[in-house]
Amino acid sequence: MIETQDLTRRYGDTVVVDGVSLRLPERAFVSVIGANGAGKSSLLSMVSRLLPMSAGRAFVDGLDVATTPGDVLARRLGILRQDNGVAARVTIRDLVAFGRYPHSKGRLNAADRGHIADALAFLDLEPLADRFLDEVSGGQRQRAYIAMVLAQDTDCILLDEPLNNLDMRHAAAMMGLLRRAVDERGRTIVAVLHDINFASCYSDRIVAMRDGKVVAIGPPEEIVTPEVLRAVYGIDVEVVVVKGYRTVFFYR
Amino acid sequence: MGFPLRRTALAGLALLALLALAAASLLVGVGDLAGAGILLASRVPRTLALILAGAGLAVAGVILQLVVQNRFVEPSTAGTAESATLGMLLVTLLAPDAPVVVKMLAAAATALAGTALFLRVLRAMPLRARLTVPLVGIMLGGVVGAASTFIAIRTDMLQFLGTWQAGDFSTVLRGRYELLWLAAVLTVLAYALADRITIAGLGRDAAVNLGLDYRGVVAVSVAIVAMITAVTIATVGTVPFLGLVVPNLVALAAGDNLRRTLPLVAAAGAGMLLACDVLGRVVRYPYEIPVGTVMGVVGSALFLVLLLRRDAGHA
Repeated sequence: MIETQDLTRRYGDTVVVDGVSLRLPERAFVSVIGANGAGKSSLLSMVSRLLPMSAGRAFVDGLDVATTPGDVLARRLGILRQDNGVAARVTIRDLVAFGRYPHSKGRLNAADRGHIADALAFLDLEPLADRFLDEVSGGQRQRAYIAMVLAQDTDCILLDEPLNNLDMRHAAAMMGLLRRAVDERGRTIVAVLHDINFASCYSDRIVAMRDGKVVAIGPPEEIVTPEVLRAVYGIDVEVVVVKGYRTVFFYR
Repeated sequence: MGFPLRRTALAGLALLALLALAAASLLVGVGDLAGAGILLASRVPRTLALILAGAGLAVAGVILQLVVQNRFVEPSTAGTAESATLGMLLVTLLAPDAPVVVKMLAAAATALAGTALFLRVLRAMPLRARLTVPLVGIMLGGVVGAASTFIAIRTDMLQFLGTWQAGDFSTVLRGRYELLWLAAVLTVLAYALADRITIAGLGRDAAVNLGLDYRGVVAVSVAIVAMITAVTIATVGTVPFLGLVVPNLVALAAGDNLRRTLPLVAAAGAGMLLACDVLGRVVRYPYEIPVGTVMGVVGSALFLVLLLRRDAGHA
């Protein structure tokens, strides 16, 4: 379970995350939404221990992320940030195998191999497994990194804009996979999303941020409303229910 | 995983090629091999020195490339080599009678400082394009090199400076190269850390996610690179391009998973340096061209090919 207490991040006089206290549900898909600069990525980065906090605390399964050893956290929390640019030239299979590093420390046993094969199959990567990361498309690479985090077999997974660079088809497929990871595997996934409609159609809970603060938190029915979205993004939108899902029209 | 049979065959071939090159290195030369004298005093030490230095420099190159996450860095494009040379110069001025181990350690210390400065400058750069990273290193090396030259001119040490800057194995004799075994020890150490260095090569975020002590691994890696660079400069001088070209060639063929590829990097580095040295010995026989010069020509040509190929392959 993920919990924050008064979590704050400052850069000089600028406060990007302003005293956020949250307790997120388990076995759920949680979206974090908000305008650019609302503090979504900084919040996630602090919980991920990638960014030191200026004040406050964050806990994963009751473990304080600031003081818990990195390899202990690595068995409970998987994280993926957006810029997976130039990296070492490894095969997709090797990358996914590195997801087992927190458990195996490099010596893979039968259970590790099972997790690797399972993650490759779950993301439909078997035909590509022996390709190098720089020989596949951006969407396939994105899937490979998700497979690595799934092979890590952690209860909680934090994703920063997992749909970046994906077209409609691949974005929908990715959301479907993440949803299945929650429903079939009991994972807790927290993702920063820019597409309000994806957040609305797939989330159990939406956290809406503005100016470093959480302005609303709740299920899509409560968050995806013209009133709340005006408070979050500062624009007027129309909410239309399509096939039972609340979708937002804001294009003109 | 992958193709174990093909890999075994490849490894066997590489080993054979390496042995053939080593044999050539033992046999090529002006002296008469009738007695065992020349063989044991000069040819065997020279061949061993080439293997140790070649393997070490290629390994140093690949480690630096993974840690910096840039394919165009190696000790001579990251300020490491120039800083080591400055260290050699300073310790030779301050303590001319110090044993070569002490001089090497001084060179390793300055090499470490120079590389740390390089990493610091990189961290301060908000946007790093692929090619600006080695440019920063080359500029840093240029500044450090200029300082060395200035000091050497003032102290009448230019000749010494030349011996550290230009790699040359013609003066390698029994009793004068053994320090290079340290490069082999460091290579084995790097192999023990292979998984960790590869994970560091996936970037800080991925490394932290996997619970790796990222800063610690980077620090140890850079220390290994600095030591290997210092030990080669102290014994045989700077060999450019080797640490750049060999890891790139191996990465293209077999990738970067060091657990699997580090032995290949070491063997290819040794092989290439042996080949260049033998070439330098036969091209103007009975005279010699220093291996640093041969490597400069061969290496820059290969590097150009790699550069063009890469840009054609991956936009």
